[in-house]
Amino acid sequence: MNIIPEITRESITHLINDEKRGDRRDLSQYRDIQIETDVISKAEGSSRVKLGDTQVIVGVKPSIGTPFSDTPNVGVLMTNAEVLPMADPNFEPGPPNEDSVELARVVDRVIRESEMVDLEKLSIVNGEKVWMIFIDLHVIDYDGNLFDAATLAVASALLNTKLPKITITNDKINIDNESKEDLILKNKVSMSTFVKIGNKMVLDPSLEEEDILDARLSIGVTEAGEICTMQKGGEKPLLKEDIIESVKIAISKSKELIKKYDEIS
Amino acid sequence: MFIITSNDYIREDGRSFDQLRSLKIKSGVLKRADGSAYLEVGGNKILASVYGPRESFIRRLLKPNTGVIRCRYNMAPFSVDDRKRPGPDRRSTEISKITADALRPALLLEDYPMSMIDVSIEIIEAEGGTRCAGITAAAVALADAGIPMRDIVVGCAAGKVDGEIVLDLSEKEDKDGQSDVPIAILPRTNEVTLLQSDGKLTEEEFTKAIDLAIKGCHEISKIQKDALTAKMRDNS
Repeated sequence: MNIIPEITRESITHLINDEKRGDRRDLSQYRDIQIETDVISKAEGSSRVKLGDTQVIVGVKPSIGTPFSDTPNVGVLMTNAEVLPMADPNFEPGPPNEDSVELARVVDRVIRESEMVDLEKLSIVNGEKVWMIFIDLHVIDYDGNLFDAATLAVASALLNTKLPKITITNDKINIDNESKEDLILKNKVSMSTFVKIGNKMVLDPSLEEEDILDARLSIGVTEAGEICTMQKGGEKPLLKEDIIESVKIAISKSKELIKKYDEIS
Repeated sequence: MFIITSNDYIREDGRSFDQLRSLKIKSGVLKRADGSAYLEVGGNKILASVYGPRESFIRRLLKPNTGVIRCRYNMAPFSVDDRKRPGPDRRSTEISKITADALRPALLLEDYPMSMIDVSIEIIEAEGGTRCAGITAAAVALADAGIPMRDIVVGCAAGKVDGEIVLDLSEKEDKDGQSDVPIAILPRTNEVTLLQSDGKLTEEEFTKAIDLAIKGCHEISKIQKDALTAKMRDNS
């Protein structure tokens, strides 16, 4: 049992009920967002994102493999999340726990369902060879709201990904590592996470807010303003009004977030 | 409160847009478990069992100020077309977690410090919508175990198929459809305890889907209660 959150619960809840937060933000205001790409030269795509003091690094590595039998002409996308013990004093090494599995699956879904990556363009030899894109997400500093930070990082890394050029001569696949082309993308996506504390929905929770949350709601929004993913978490229920209000805010915030991708130099 | 416009769209399996698949629930189907339920909806066959509240030998999971609920969602290898490798994978780990989150608000866990409730959901055969059906079955098993609850949680999904918002997607509709919104609620208050969404929806379509899913939950809720009273009748 964690004692500190039990002690701070009342004061944080009081603040939020007065529409104030410990770090002086508005209830629907993000912390400072910094995105850097091309941070790992050995990876075909990479990024480092800071959301407040939360920090994640993403590397994208492609390899050539066989497609799944039910989708023979479609590339493969795999997302894995490692929540490193360095990121928080309570994180343990070992196989992924259910929180990091949830993180990986939600980020995987938001990228997949937004159809950001044009998977059909990743087919190399129909039914036999496709590009497999491995997205590895490392959480190195945990100060709340991993979902949004991870989505920003994965999307930025994909925008930065370059695949080696492929030519096929006499049924042989030649990989030309010298000339690279951009990974073909057809959409952009962002995620906005809210937590319910008291009677309010609060955007971009800090760690101390996450520690005392009643419920959590993450909403993925595409460039066109469509909802493509949603995930509720937390021990308490949400009202329908909470959900609808958050959806509206998420749709308007996504414009702000997606603009960040264009600002990456 | 439901703004559901009428619609004469007929789905591939002959259902109307707001029609559930045929649903059967039986409670108290296992002898050893403290509570149990069996549920069939469409081609799904699902068993749920409950043990507890009890002391667990995994001491580190227990909490001094509250009880804990632990869920295990598991698919049998023979439940799907291509044999599923036994054991937990990422999907079942996630579903186990959100199932516990979905059921927890109904329980009075603060009354059971240092104890654990174990819920186990076994998908014997899968045909779309297993996470909601698993939650629905598990809630019946919790009631069957005689565990005091604020409400009986119930789950149901709505989604978008061929551009139409429809209730309770079948496996085929889930595969061919554009999106899926599984939810679970506490039916007395309509509070939402599980919410996921997969696939593109506009804000308006999402609102429609959640209203439709809540309506479906209320229909299933009646069948859950019938299953519980039927067992009482049989025993008397």
